Amino acid sequence: MNTWTIFKRELSSYFSQPTAYAIIVIFSLLSIGLTFTFGRFWDYQDASLNGSFFWWHPLILMILAPAVSMRLWSDEHRSGTIELLGTLPVTMRSAILGKFFAAALVWLLALVLTFPVVNTVNWLGAPDNWAIFSGYLGSFLVCCTFLAITSLVSAFTRDQVVALIVSVSLCFLLTICGIDPVINELRRSWTKESVDLLASVGVYSHFQEATRGLIRFTSLIYFLGLITVCLIGTNLVLKSQRA
Amino acid sequence: MIEVNSLTKRFGHKVAVDNLSFSVKKGEVLGFLGPNGAGKSTTMRMVTGFLPVTEGSIEIGGVSMIAKPMAAKKKIGYLPESAPLYNDMTVKGFLKFCASMRGLGGSSRKDAVEKAIETCFLQSVAHQSIETLSKGYRHRTCLAQSLLHDPEVLVLDEPTDGLDPNQKREVRKLIRNLGKEKAILFSTHILEEVHEVCTRAVIVDQGTIVADGTPEELTKQGGGSLYDLFHKVTTSEITAA
Ligand SMILES: Nc1ncnc2c1ncn2[C@@H]1O[C@H](COP(=O)(O)OP(=O)(O)OP(=O)(O)O)[C@@H](O)[C@H]1O
Ligand SMILES: [Mg+2]
Repeated sequence: MNTWTIFKRELSSYFSQPTAYAIIVIFSLLSIGLTFTFGRFWDYQDASLNGSFFWWHPLILMILAPAVSMRLWSDEHRSGTIELLGTLPVTMRSAILGKFFAAALVWLLALVLTFPVVNTVNWLGAPDNWAIFSGYLGSFLVCCTFLAITSLVSAFTRDQVVALIVSVSLCFLLTICGIDPVINELRRSWTKESVDLLASVGVYSHFQEATRGLIRFTSLIYFLGLITVCLIGTNLVLKSQRA
Repeated sequence: MIEVNSLTKRFGHKVAVDNLSFSVKKGEVLGFLGPNGAGKSTTMRMVTGFLPVTEGSIEIGGVSMIAKPMAAKKKIGYLPESAPLYNDMTVKGFLKFCASMRGLGGSSRKDAVEKAIETCFLQSVAHQSIETLSKGYRHRTCLAQSLLHDPEVLVLDEPTDGLDPNQKREVRKLIRNLGKEKAILFSTHILEEVHEVCTRAVIVDQGTIVADGTPEELTKQGGGSLYDLFHKVTTSEITAA
Protein backbone atom coordinates (compact mmCIF):
# COMPACT_ATOMS: atom_id res chain seq x y z
CA MET A 1 0.00 0.00 0.00
CA ASN A 2 2.58 2.54 1.09
CA THR A 3 4.99 0.98 -1.37
CA TRP A 4 2.52 2.02 -4.06
CA THR A 5 2.30 5.60 -2.73
CA ILE A 6 6.07 5.95 -2.72
CA PHE A 7 6.30 4.31 -6.12
CA LYS A 8 3.90 6.88 -7.57
CA ARG A 9 5.72 9.79 -5.95
CA GLU A 10 9.07 8.64 -7.27
CA LEU A 11 7.72 8.02 -10.71
CA SER A 12 6.15 11.45 -10.96
CA SER A 13 9.39 12.96 -9.77
CA TYR A 14 11.24 11.23 -12.62
CA PHE A 15 8.82 12.70 -15.10
CA SER A 16 8.42 16.15 -13.54
CA GLN A 17 12.15 16.65 -13.91
CA PRO A 18 14.21 16.03 -17.04
CA THR A 19 15.61 12.79 -15.59
CA ALA A 20 13.31 10.27 -17.21
CA TYR A 21 13.38 11.97 -20.60
CA ALA A 22 17.15 12.22 -20.47
CA ILE A 23 17.49 8.52 -19.73
CA ILE A 24 15.14 7.51 -22.47
CA VAL A 25 16.66 9.74 -25.11
CA ILE A 26 20.28 9.06 -24.25
CA PHE A 27 19.77 5.35 -23.92
CA SER A 28 17.94 5.09 -27.23
CA LEU A 29 20.51 7.21 -29.04
CA LEU A 30 23.45 5.30 -27.59
CA SER A 31 22.09 1.81 -28.00
CA ILE A 32 20.72 2.36 -31.48
CA GLY A 33 23.66 4.50 -32.54
CA LEU A 34 26.25 1.99 -31.39
CA THR A 35 24.35 -0.84 -33.07
CA PHE A 36 24.62 0.69 -36.50
CA THR A 37 28.19 1.97 -36.11
CA PHE A 38 30.60 0.11 -33.86
CA GLY A 39 28.13 -2.77 -33.52
CA ARG A 40 28.77 -3.54 -37.21
CA PHE A 41 25.10 -4.38 -37.56
CA TRP A 42 25.37 -4.52 -41.33
CA ASP A 43 28.21 -7.05 -41.21
CA TYR A 44 26.09 -9.62 -39.42
CA GLN A 45 24.09 -11.49 -41.99
CA ASP A 46 21.77 -13.34 -39.68
CA ALA A 47 19.44 -10.52 -38.61
CA SER A 48 20.04 -11.32 -34.97
CA LEU A 49 20.67 -8.64 -32.40
CA ASN A 50 22.94 -10.25 -29.84
CA GLY A 51 26.30 -9.17 -31.22
CA SER A 52 25.40 -5.73 -32.48
CA PHE A 53 22.66 -4.36 -30.26
CA PHE A 54 22.49 -6.18 -26.95
CA TRP A 55 26.24 -6.48 -26.58
CA TRP A 56 26.43 -2.79 -25.72
CA HIS A 57 23.71 -2.76 -23.12
CA PRO A 58 25.72 -3.64 -20.00
CA LEU A 59 28.38 -1.14 -21.08
CA ILE A 60 25.83 1.64 -21.42
CA LEU A 61 23.88 0.64 -18.35
CA MET A 62 26.88 0.46 -16.05
CA ILE A 63 27.15 4.24 -16.39
CA LEU A 64 23.60 5.37 -17.03
CA ALA A 65 21.84 3.27 -14.39
CA PRO A 66 23.95 4.66 -11.51
CA ALA A 67 23.61 8.15 -12.98
CA VAL A 68 19.88 7.89 -12.60
CA SER A 69 19.65 6.33 -9.20
CA MET A 70 22.60 7.94 -7.46
CA ARG A 71 20.11 10.30 -5.85
CA LEU A 72 17.86 7.47 -4.66
CA TRP A 73 18.93 7.70 -1.02
CA SER A 74 21.66 10.34 -0.99
CA ASP A 75 19.00 12.92 -1.81
CA GLU A 76 16.85 11.78 1.10
CA HIS A 77 19.85 12.16 3.40
CA ARG A 78 20.82 15.54 2.05
CA SER A 79 17.38 17.12 2.10
CA GLY A 80 16.53 15.49 5.41
CA THR A 81 13.35 13.93 4.01
CA ILE A 82 14.63 10.62 5.36
CA GLU A 83 13.44 11.98 8.70
CA LEU A 84 9.94 12.34 7.31
CA LEU A 85 9.99 8.87 5.82
CA GLY A 86 11.36 7.48 9.06
CA THR A 87 8.51 8.90 11.10
CA LEU A 88 5.66 8.14 8.71
CA PRO A 89 3.95 4.80 9.29
CA VAL A 90 5.90 3.05 6.57
CA THR A 91 8.55 0.38 6.84
CA MET A 92 11.92 1.09 5.29
CA ARG A 93 11.39 -2.04 3.24
CA SER A 94 8.30 -0.58 1.55
CA ALA A 95 10.15 2.65 0.87
CA ILE A 96 13.12 0.82 -0.64
CA LEU A 97 10.90 -1.31 -2.87
CA GLY A 98 8.77 1.65 -3.95
CA LYS A 99 11.82 3.61 -5.03
CA PHE A 100 13.44 0.63 -6.69
CA PHE A 101 10.36 -0.31 -8.71
CA ALA A 102 9.90 3.27 -9.89
CA ALA A 103 13.47 3.41 -11.16
CA ALA A 104 13.07 -0.01 -12.76
CA LEU A 105 9.91 1.09 -14.56
CA VAL A 106 11.62 4.12 -16.06
CA TRP A 107 14.32 1.83 -17.41
CA LEU A 108 11.80 -0.66 -18.69
CA LEU A 109 10.28 2.17 -20.67
CA ALA A 110 13.68 3.19 -22.02
CA LEU A 111 14.32 -0.40 -23.14
CA VAL A 112 10.89 -0.75 -24.75
CA LEU A 113 11.43 2.47 -26.66
CA THR A 114 14.33 0.95 -28.57
CA PHE A 115 11.74 -1.06 -30.52
CA PRO A 116 12.68 0.50 -33.90
CA VAL A 117 15.71 -1.78 -33.84
CA VAL A 118 13.45 -4.81 -33.56
CA ASN A 119 11.28 -3.50 -36.36
CA THR A 120 14.34 -3.05 -38.50
CA VAL A 121 15.61 -6.61 -38.13
CA ASN A 122 12.15 -7.99 -38.71
CA TRP A 123 11.91 -5.96 -41.87
CA LEU A 124 15.35 -7.06 -43.04
CA GLY A 125 14.93 -10.74 -42.34
CA ALA A 126 13.43 -13.32 -40.07
CA PRO A 127 15.10 -13.01 -36.70
CA ASP A 128 14.50 -15.23 -33.71
CA ASN A 129 12.03 -13.03 -31.91
CA TRP A 130 12.12 -15.18 -28.83
CA ALA A 131 15.86 -14.56 -28.57
CA ILE A 132 15.19 -10.84 -28.92
CA PHE A 133 12.61 -10.98 -26.19
CA SER A 134 14.88 -12.89 -23.86
CA GLY A 135 17.67 -10.47 -24.73
CA TYR A 136 15.50 -7.62 -23.57
CA LEU A 137 14.66 -9.53 -20.42
CA GLY A 138 18.38 -10.04 -19.84
CA SER A 139 19.02 -6.34 -20.36
CA PHE A 140 16.31 -5.48 -17.90
CA LEU A 141 17.75 -7.84 -15.30
CA VAL A 142 21.22 -6.36 -15.74
CA CYS A 143 19.70 -2.92 -15.37
CA CYS A 144 17.80 -3.84 -12.21
CA THR A 145 20.97 -5.34 -10.77
CA PHE A 146 22.85 -2.11 -11.38
CA LEU A 147 19.99 -0.10 -9.90
CA ALA A 148 20.02 -2.26 -6.77
CA ILE A 149 23.78 -1.80 -6.43
CA THR A 150 23.38 1.95 -6.77
CA SER A 151 20.59 1.92 -4.21
CA LEU A 152 22.92 0.24 -1.74
CA VAL A 153 25.79 2.61 -2.45
CA SER A 154 23.62 5.72 -2.28
CA ALA A 155 22.34 4.65 1.13
CA PHE A 156 25.87 5.13 2.48
CA THR A 157 26.39 8.73 1.50
CA ARG A 158 24.68 12.06 1.22
CA ASP A 159 27.03 12.97 -1.60
CA GLN A 160 25.61 12.10 -5.00
CA VAL A 161 28.94 12.34 -6.76
CA VAL A 162 30.52 9.82 -4.42
CA ALA A 163 27.50 7.56 -4.87
CA LEU A 164 27.88 7.83 -8.63
CA ILE A 165 31.61 7.12 -8.74
CA VAL A 166 31.45 4.16 -6.38
CA SER A 167 28.44 2.58 -8.08
CA VAL A 168 29.85 3.01 -11.56
CA SER A 169 33.06 1.38 -10.37
CA LEU A 170 31.20 -1.59 -8.93
CA CYS A 171 29.03 -2.00 -12.02
CA PHE A 172 32.13 -1.62 -14.18
CA LEU A 173 33.85 -4.45 -12.32
CA LEU A 174 30.81 -6.70 -12.65
CA THR A 175 30.68 -5.90 -16.34
CA ILE A 176 34.28 -6.30 -17.41
CA CYS A 177 34.98 -9.46 -15.46
CA GLY A 178 32.86 -11.40 -17.91
CA ILE A 179 33.47 -9.55 -21.14
CA ASP A 180 35.06 -11.48 -24.03
CA PRO A 181 38.29 -9.50 -24.57
CA VAL A 182 39.10 -9.70 -20.85
CA ILE A 183 38.21 -13.37 -20.62
CA ASN A 184 40.31 -14.22 -23.67
CA GLU A 185 43.25 -12.34 -22.25
CA LEU A 186 42.97 -14.10 -18.91
CA ARG A 187 42.72 -17.55 -20.50
CA ARG A 188 46.38 -17.25 -21.49
CA SER A 189 47.64 -17.08 -17.94
CA TRP A 190 44.88 -18.32 -15.64
CA THR A 191 43.54 -21.83 -15.21
CA LYS A 192 40.28 -22.62 -16.95
CA GLU A 193 38.40 -23.06 -13.68
CA SER A 194 39.34 -19.70 -12.27
CA VAL A 195 38.49 -17.92 -15.51
CA ASP A 196 35.12 -19.66 -15.65
CA LEU A 197 34.48 -18.78 -12.06
CA LEU A 198 35.32 -15.15 -12.69
CA ALA A 199 33.13 -15.09 -15.78
CA SER A 200 30.18 -16.49 -13.86
CA VAL A 201 30.52 -13.69 -11.32
CA GLY A 202 30.25 -11.05 -14.05
CA VAL A 203 26.98 -10.14 -15.70
CA TYR A 204 28.08 -10.84 -19.27
CA SER A 205 28.09 -14.63 -19.20
CA HIS A 206 24.53 -14.65 -17.91
CA PHE A 207 23.46 -11.81 -20.12
CA GLN A 208 24.89 -13.22 -23.34
CA GLU A 209 23.07 -16.49 -22.91
CA ALA A 210 19.89 -14.50 -22.55
CA THR A 211 20.54 -12.67 -25.82
CA ARG A 212 20.80 -16.06 -27.51
CA GLY A 213 17.38 -17.00 -26.21
CA LEU A 214 18.60 -19.00 -23.27
CA ILE A 215 17.60 -17.87 -19.82
CA ARG A 216 19.04 -20.33 -17.38
CA PHE A 217 17.66 -20.89 -13.95
CA THR A 218 21.09 -20.19 -12.50
CA SER A 219 21.18 -16.85 -14.30
CA LEU A 220 17.82 -15.90 -12.86
CA ILE A 221 19.08 -16.85 -9.42
CA TYR A 222 22.22 -14.83 -10.06
CA PHE A 223 20.37 -11.64 -10.99
CA LEU A 224 17.53 -11.91 -8.52
CA GLY A 225 19.95 -12.94 -5.79
CA LEU A 226 22.18 -9.92 -6.37
CA ILE A 227 19.18 -7.61 -6.43
CA THR A 228 17.77 -9.05 -3.22
CA VAL A 229 21.10 -8.89 -1.42
CA CYS A 230 21.63 -5.26 -2.44
CA LEU A 231 18.14 -4.21 -1.40
CA ILE A 232 18.40 -5.97 1.95
CA GLY A 233 21.80 -4.35 2.33
CA THR A 234 20.20 -0.97 1.65
CA ASN A 235 17.77 -1.61 4.47
CA LEU A 236 20.55 -2.58 6.87
CA VAL A 237 22.63 0.46 5.99
CA LEU A 238 19.70 2.85 6.39
CA LYS A 239 18.90 1.33 9.75
CA SER A 240 22.44 1.31 11.07
CA GLN A 241 22.99 4.94 10.10
CA ARG A 242 20.49 6.09 12.66
CA ALA A 243 21.87 4.09 15.56
CA MET B 1 -0.35 10.37 25.85
CA ILE B 2 3.42 10.67 25.64
CA GLU B 3 5.18 8.64 28.31
CA VAL B 4 8.95 8.76 28.25
CA ASN B 5 10.91 6.80 30.82
CA SER B 6 14.67 6.91 31.52
CA LEU B 7 15.39 7.66 27.89
CA THR B 8 19.06 7.59 26.94
CA LYS B 9 20.77 8.11 23.61
CA ARG B 10 24.45 7.66 23.00
CA PHE B 11 26.22 8.42 19.74
CA GLY B 12 29.37 6.40 20.18
CA HIS B 13 30.76 7.68 23.48
CA LYS B 14 28.85 10.89 23.35
CA VAL B 15 25.75 10.99 25.54
CA ALA B 16 23.18 13.19 23.82
CA VAL B 17 20.20 12.31 26.00
CA ASP B 18 20.80 11.09 29.52
CA ASN B 19 18.14 9.22 31.48
CA LEU B 20 15.33 11.58 30.58
CA SER B 21 11.78 11.04 31.84
CA PHE B 22 8.68 13.11 31.23
CA SER B 23 5.07 12.73 30.24
CA VAL B 24 2.58 14.80 28.31
CA LYS B 25 -1.11 14.23 28.86
CA LYS B 26 -4.03 15.06 26.63
CA GLY B 27 -4.77 18.76 26.88
CA GLU B 28 -1.18 19.60 27.77
CA VAL B 29 1.36 21.59 25.82
CA LEU B 30 4.85 20.82 27.05
CA GLY B 31 7.53 23.31 26.13
CA PHE B 32 11.00 21.93 25.63
CA LEU B 33 13.66 24.50 26.37
CA GLY B 34 17.40 24.30 26.45
CA PRO B 35 20.61 25.61 24.92
CA ASN B 36 21.89 24.49 21.52
CA GLY B 37 23.00 20.89 21.61
CA ALA B 38 21.06 20.12 24.78
CA GLY B 39 19.43 17.08 23.21
CA LYS B 40 15.97 18.42 22.43
CA SER B 41 15.85 17.36 18.81
CA THR B 42 17.47 14.03 19.59
CA THR B 43 14.75 13.32 22.17
CA MET B 44 12.06 14.26 19.69
CA ARG B 45 13.58 12.07 17.03
CA MET B 46 13.40 9.13 19.39
CA VAL B 47 9.86 9.94 20.50
CA THR B 48 8.75 10.00 16.86
CA GLY B 49 10.52 6.75 16.07
CA PHE B 50 13.17 8.11 13.73
CA LEU B 51 16.15 7.34 15.96
CA PRO B 52 16.39 4.05 17.81
CA VAL B 53 16.79 4.51 21.56
CA THR B 54 19.87 3.34 23.41
CA GLU B 55 17.97 2.75 26.63
CA GLY B 56 14.57 3.55 28.06
CA SER B 57 10.97 3.35 26.95
CA ILE B 58 8.58 5.51 24.96
CA GLU B 59 4.84 5.07 24.88
CA ILE B 60 2.48 6.99 22.63
CA GLY B 61 -1.15 6.68 23.70
CA GLY B 62 -0.31 3.41 25.44
CA VAL B 63 1.54 1.94 22.43
CA SER B 64 5.25 1.32 22.75
CA MET B 65 7.27 3.08 20.07
CA ILE B 66 9.97 0.48 20.46
CA ALA B 67 7.84 -2.66 20.28
CA LYS B 68 5.16 -1.45 17.85
CA PRO B 69 6.60 1.45 15.87
CA MET B 70 4.03 1.27 13.06
CA ALA B 71 1.04 1.59 15.36
CA ALA B 72 2.72 4.29 17.46
CA LYS B 73 3.81 6.38 14.46
CA LYS B 74 0.21 6.54 13.24
CA LYS B 75 -0.71 8.52 16.35
CA ILE B 76 1.94 11.19 15.89
CA GLY B 77 2.28 14.27 13.75
CA TYR B 78 5.87 15.49 13.55
CA LEU B 79 7.52 18.67 12.37
CA PRO B 80 11.27 18.03 12.11
CA GLU B 81 13.66 20.84 12.95
CA SER B 82 14.91 21.38 9.40
CA ALA B 83 11.39 21.19 7.89
CA PRO B 84 12.46 18.73 5.19
CA LEU B 85 10.36 18.59 2.02
CA TYR B 86 10.51 17.01 -1.40
CA ASN B 87 11.65 19.90 -3.53
CA ASP B 88 10.37 18.48 -6.78
CA MET B 89 6.73 18.59 -5.68
CA THR B 90 4.15 21.31 -5.35
CA VAL B 91 2.83 22.18 -1.90
CA LYS B 92 -0.47 20.48 -2.62
CA GLY B 93 1.16 17.47 -4.23
CA PHE B 94 3.38 17.03 -1.21
CA LEU B 95 0.49 17.24 1.21
CA LYS B 96 -1.49 14.75 -0.87
CA PHE B 97 1.46 12.39 -0.79
CA CYS B 98 1.78 12.67 2.98
CA ALA B 99 -1.97 12.16 3.40
CA SER B 100 -1.80 9.00 1.32
CA MET B 101 1.09 7.79 3.41
CA ARG B 102 -1.13 8.37 6.43
CA GLY B 103 -3.69 6.04 4.93
CA LEU B 104 -6.12 8.74 3.81
CA GLY B 105 -7.78 8.36 0.42
CA GLY B 106 -10.51 9.77 -1.75
CA SER B 107 -12.57 12.60 -0.31
CA SER B 108 -11.14 12.31 3.21
CA ARG B 109 -7.71 12.96 1.75
CA LYS B 110 -8.97 15.93 -0.21
CA ASP B 111 -10.64 17.40 2.88
CA ALA B 112 -7.59 16.81 5.04
CA VAL B 113 -5.32 18.56 2.54
CA GLU B 114 -7.72 21.49 2.14
CA LYS B 115 -8.02 21.88 5.87
CA ALA B 116 -4.26 21.77 6.46
CA ILE B 117 -3.71 24.34 3.71
CA GLU B 118 -6.25 26.60 5.34
CA THR B 119 -4.92 26.11 8.87
CA CYS B 120 -1.37 26.94 7.85
CA PHE B 121 -2.29 29.77 5.47
CA LEU B 122 -0.87 28.12 2.39
CA GLN B 123 -3.63 28.99 -0.08
CA SER B 124 -1.47 31.42 -2.03
CA VAL B 125 1.30 28.89 -2.63
CA ALA B 126 -0.73 25.68 -2.89
CA HIS B 127 0.26 25.13 -6.49
CA GLN B 128 3.77 26.50 -6.25
CA SER B 129 6.79 24.26 -6.51
CA ILE B 130 8.34 23.68 -3.09
CA GLU B 131 11.77 24.47 -4.48
CA THR B 132 10.78 28.11 -4.93
CA LEU B 133 9.17 28.64 -1.51
CA SER B 134 10.56 31.06 1.05
CA LYS B 135 11.82 29.67 4.32
CA GLY B 136 8.70 30.55 6.28
CA TYR B 137 6.43 28.92 3.73
CA ARG B 138 8.59 25.81 3.73
CA HIS B 139 8.21 25.65 7.46
CA ARG B 140 4.46 26.08 7.27
CA THR B 141 4.16 23.42 4.59
CA CYS B 142 5.97 20.98 6.82
CA LEU B 143 3.78 21.99 9.75
CA ALA B 144 0.70 21.38 7.59
CA GLN B 145 1.99 17.89 6.87
CA SER B 146 2.02 17.09 10.59
CA LEU B 147 -1.65 18.02 11.01
CA LEU B 148 -3.12 16.08 8.08
CA HIS B 149 -4.29 12.99 9.94
CA ASP B 150 -5.51 14.93 12.99
CA PRO B 151 -3.09 13.07 15.30
CA GLU B 152 -3.54 12.67 19.03
CA VAL B 153 0.06 13.61 19.62
CA LEU B 154 2.01 16.43 18.03
CA VAL B 155 5.78 16.75 18.22
CA LEU B 156 6.96 20.09 16.88
CA ASP B 157 10.64 20.94 16.75
CA GLU B 158 10.90 24.73 16.76
CA PRO B 159 7.59 25.32 14.97
CA THR B 160 7.91 29.11 14.95
CA ASP B 161 11.48 29.16 13.64
CA GLY B 162 11.79 31.31 10.55
CA LEU B 163 8.27 32.69 10.63
CA ASP B 164 7.40 36.37 10.44
CA PRO B 165 5.89 38.00 13.57
CA ASN B 166 2.32 37.63 12.34
CA GLN B 167 2.81 34.00 11.50
CA LYS B 168 4.56 33.35 14.80
CA ARG B 169 1.49 34.63 16.57
CA GLU B 170 -0.82 32.56 14.37
CA VAL B 171 1.16 29.40 14.96
CA ARG B 172 1.22 29.99 18.71
CA LYS B 173 -2.53 30.45 18.64
CA LEU B 174 -2.82 27.27 16.61
CA ILE B 175 -0.70 25.28 19.04
CA ARG B 176 -2.70 26.59 21.97
CA ASN B 177 -5.97 25.62 20.32
CA LEU B 178 -4.76 22.22 19.20
CA GLY B 179 -3.37 21.65 22.68
CA LYS B 180 -6.84 21.52 24.15
CA GLU B 181 -7.56 18.27 22.34
CA LYS B 182 -4.11 16.80 21.91
CA ALA B 183 -0.86 16.18 23.67
CA ILE B 184 1.79 18.50 22.28
CA LEU B 185 5.53 18.45 22.78
CA PHE B 186 7.27 21.42 21.26
CA SER B 187 10.70 22.92 21.48
CA THR B 188 11.59 26.58 21.25
CA HIS B 189 14.31 29.11 21.93
CA ILE B 190 11.82 31.91 22.45
CA LEU B 191 11.08 32.14 26.15
CA GLU B 192 8.04 34.36 25.68
CA GLU B 193 6.38 31.48 23.88
CA VAL B 194 6.43 29.51 27.09
CA HIS B 195 4.03 31.93 28.76
CA GLU B 196 1.92 32.26 25.70
CA VAL B 197 1.53 28.63 24.71
CA CYS B 198 2.71 26.09 27.27
CA THR B 199 0.82 24.52 30.11
CA ARG B 200 4.12 23.16 31.35
CA ALA B 201 7.77 23.50 30.43
CA VAL B 202 11.01 21.67 31.04
CA ILE B 203 14.52 22.97 30.59
CA VAL B 204 16.95 20.42 29.23
CA ASP B 205 20.69 20.77 29.47
CA GLN B 206 23.29 18.25 28.39
CA GLY B 207 20.64 15.61 27.97
CA THR B 208 19.03 15.92 31.39
CA ILE B 209 16.07 17.86 32.72
CA VAL B 210 17.27 20.68 34.97
CA ALA B 211 13.97 22.46 35.58
CA ASP B 212 10.36 21.41 35.30
CA GLY B 213 7.09 23.16 36.08
CA THR B 214 4.30 25.41 34.91
CA PRO B 215 5.43 28.70 33.39
CA GLU B 216 4.42 30.47 36.61
CA GLU B 217 6.41 28.09 38.80
CA LEU B 218 9.44 28.39 36.61
CA THR B 219 9.25 32.17 36.60
CA LYS B 220 9.06 32.13 40.37
CA GLN B 221 12.07 29.83 40.57
CA GLY B 222 13.98 32.29 38.46
CA GLY B 223 13.08 35.12 40.78
CA GLY B 224 10.52 36.70 38.48
CA SER B 225 12.19 36.03 35.15
CA LEU B 226 12.24 32.89 33.09
CA TYR B 227 15.34 34.13 31.38
CA ASP B 228 17.22 34.32 34.68
CA LEU B 229 16.26 30.75 35.49
CA PHE B 230 17.33 29.56 32.06
CA HIS B 231 20.63 31.35 32.45
CA LYS B 232 21.18 29.97 35.91
CA VAL B 233 20.40 26.31 35.29
CA THR B 234 22.15 26.04 31.97
CA THR B 235 25.32 28.03 32.48
CA SER B 236 26.00 26.62 35.93
CA GLU B 237 26.21 23.24 34.25
CA ILE B 238 28.86 24.50 31.90
CA THR B 239 31.02 25.95 34.65
CA ALA B 240 30.59 22.76 36.64
CA ALA B 241 31.71 20.61 33.72
N1 LIG C 1 23.73 11.68 14.42
C1 LIG C 1 24.48 12.18 15.40
N2 LIG C 1 25.72 11.70 15.64
C2 LIG C 1 26.48 12.20 16.63
N3 LIG C 1 26.09 13.17 17.47
C3 LIG C 1 24.88 13.68 17.31
C4 LIG C 1 24.01 13.22 16.27
N4 LIG C 1 22.85 13.93 16.34
C5 LIG C 1 22.99 14.79 17.38
N5 LIG C 1 24.20 14.64 17.96
C6 LIG C 1 24.68 15.40 19.13
O1 LIG C 1 23.74 15.30 20.16
C7 LIG C 1 23.68 16.51 20.89
C8 LIG C 1 22.26 16.98 20.98
O2 LIG C 1 21.84 17.48 19.73
P1 LIG C 1 20.37 17.99 19.43
O3 LIG C 1 20.24 18.22 17.99
O4 LIG C 1 19.41 17.07 20.08
O5 LIG C 1 20.37 19.38 20.21
P2 LIG C 1 19.20 20.45 20.33
O6 LIG C 1 18.85 20.52 21.76
O7 LIG C 1 18.10 20.13 19.40
O8 LIG C 1 19.93 21.76 19.90
P3 LIG C 1 19.40 23.01 19.05
O9 LIG C 1 18.80 23.95 20.02
O10 LIG C 1 20.64 23.58 18.47
O11 LIG C 1 18.43 22.53 18.04
C9 LIG C 1 24.59 17.49 20.19
O12 LIG C 1 25.79 17.59 20.91
C10 LIG C 1 24.83 16.87 18.83
O13 LIG C 1 26.12 17.17 18.39
MG1 LIG D 1 17.22 21.02 17.86
